[in-house]
Amino acid sequence: MLNVEGLTLAVTDPDTGQETEILRGNSFSLGQGEALGLVGESGSGKSMTLKCILGIEPPGSKVGGSIELGGTDLLAASGEQLRKVRANELALIAQNPHGALNPVLHVERFLIEGMADARGIPKAEAKARAAGLLRQVGITDTERVLRSYPHQLSGGLLQRVVIAGAISGEPRLLLADEPTTALDVTTQAEVVAILDEKRREHGLSMIFVSHDLDLAAAICDRLAVMKDGAILEIGTPEEIRDRPKTDYTRALMAARPLLHPEGRAPVLPNGTETDV
Amino acid sequence: MSRQTSMEPPVNTVGQDTVSVQAVRRQRLEGPVSGWNRMRRRLGTLGLVCVGVLAVVVLTTIFAPLIAPYDPYAGSVVDRHLPPSPEHWFGTDQSGRDIFSRIIWGARTSLIGPTVVVLVAAAAAVTLALTAVWFGGRVDAFIGRILDILFAFPNMLLAILAVAIFGPSLLTASIALAIGFTPYSARVIRSVALRERNLPYVASAQLQGISGFLITVRHILPNVRTQIFTGMTINFGYAMIDLAALSFLGLGVQPPTPDWGLMVSNGQASLLQGYWEQSVFAGLAIVITVAALGYVGEQLGGRRAAGRTR
Repeated sequence: MLNVEGLTLAVTDPDTGQETEILRGNSFSLGQGEALGLVGESGSGKSMTLKCILGIEPPGSKVGGSIELGGTDLLAASGEQLRKVRANELALIAQNPHGALNPVLHVERFLIEGMADARGIPKAEAKARAAGLLRQVGITDTERVLRSYPHQLSGGLLQRVVIAGAISGEPRLLLADEPTTALDVTTQAEVVAILDEKRREHGLSMIFVSHDLDLAAAICDRLAVMKDGAILEIGTPEEIRDRPKTDYTRALMAARPLLHPEGRAPVLPNGTETDV
Repeated sequence: MSRQTSMEPPVNTVGQDTVSVQAVRRQRLEGPVSGWNRMRRRLGTLGLVCVGVLAVVVLTTIFAPLIAPYDPYAGSVVDRHLPPSPEHWFGTDQSGRDIFSRIIWGARTSLIGPTVVVLVAAAAAVTLALTAVWFGGRVDAFIGRILDILFAFPNMLLAILAVAIFGPSLLTASIALAIGFTPYSARVIRSVALRERNLPYVASAQLQGISGFLITVRHILPNVRTQIFTGMTINFGYAMIDLAALSFLGLGVQPPTPDWGLMVSNGQASLLQGYWEQSVFAGLAIVITVAALGYVGEQLGGRRAAGRTR
């Protein structure tokens, strides 16, 4: 469904004219309903990959290769085509949910606009569906949340609202850019669980960007390890964990911060525990 | 982008959204504040008096035929230059016309002109500024250059040029002035809109597939409305004075139509003979209206922009 072929991104410094390669010819593909985790340290190009797919690479940069989503070449798409793809096929869940909503409008407006303004669903229908969407992401007092301003809600709750907005358009591909990093630890698990559940329920594909290897392993079908703009290896969480192909992956696995004194950590949600 | 440096007025870094969020918090603490109370709190006593003055002026324009004791055009040679008296409150002019009646009728032309100027200027400024902000880059630079060129012409010169080409009339003078006023408003609106455009939620809305036009209209425009309205009230005062000056020069409203600016001008000759009534009363009408409007605009816009509410 999503085919990324030899994706490169180069940024030119406007002062020195020097070109820096940010992505170095990465290729990967994603099937319908599949979840791919992009893991790696900060600056490895995880988020930049997402930005290229969304068409929001930094100004003055050059994107090469090809990104094909459901038969549309996103790199060659016109502004209007890109807008339609964003409205109907892509949904982004960003790091900080507070940035996603207009601070002076009610949450309800955010949900309605996503449906009405972007996808042309009649306003009345969008309004009627808003509460249902919130219930889907486990929010029970929908009336209060709909009438709230973003700053009145906690980050976790707001991220759920963003997820509700993301699934409202029934997209094909969810792009999650460290969706739990800005949340406190207790709500992280909750938000990830809801994200995972909704994704499976709606059969959506997902690219999950995270520097939390365990978290990515828990909810993704495959992991891609990135370093310095290149994908080092792609494999199932088990392959990455048990048979890492590169020293870097091995080092990354060893670098996970663990609170478990006996050096054991849960990796998969079904209770399997692994020796590190 | 050298343009962004010197010419722009300082933008309040407290940020409008912060102010609005505070307003929301206050509203939650104190319960919904009615529009009237909020307005009263913002205006203060003097502001309310000014609003009253403006209300009187507006009512005067509407009910001129009912209020004016005499026909503003009818005069008799016998009644020339009468001093203020119970029959003629403000006296009579060089043609024996009742000055009070002429000021009441003159409110119409004196207000219509600035209204046209303000509306045309605001519409043009908003369109240019928001287009520049949304597209940025070359479009922004191009619109910026157009505004620079407009800046180069003094308003009055532009108006005189237009009148020279299209003939003297209130409409010509008003539209020419509006063009002259546009760059000032556009620049202020652009700077505020630019800040709003760079907030993360705008990018987020764009990624939801909402078109630039809708984002601009639904999100950016509401957030610059304070600046638009403040600019309009301030411009109204300037426009009134400029139009009065144009009428004074004989380039705007044409006699015998009653108009405040024109009356100041016509009274000039009588003034030298010791008949001060016409120029002084018409001038007072201009000063009072402009001052009231300026104060109200400052209270509504200035205070809000500064983040103070009490």
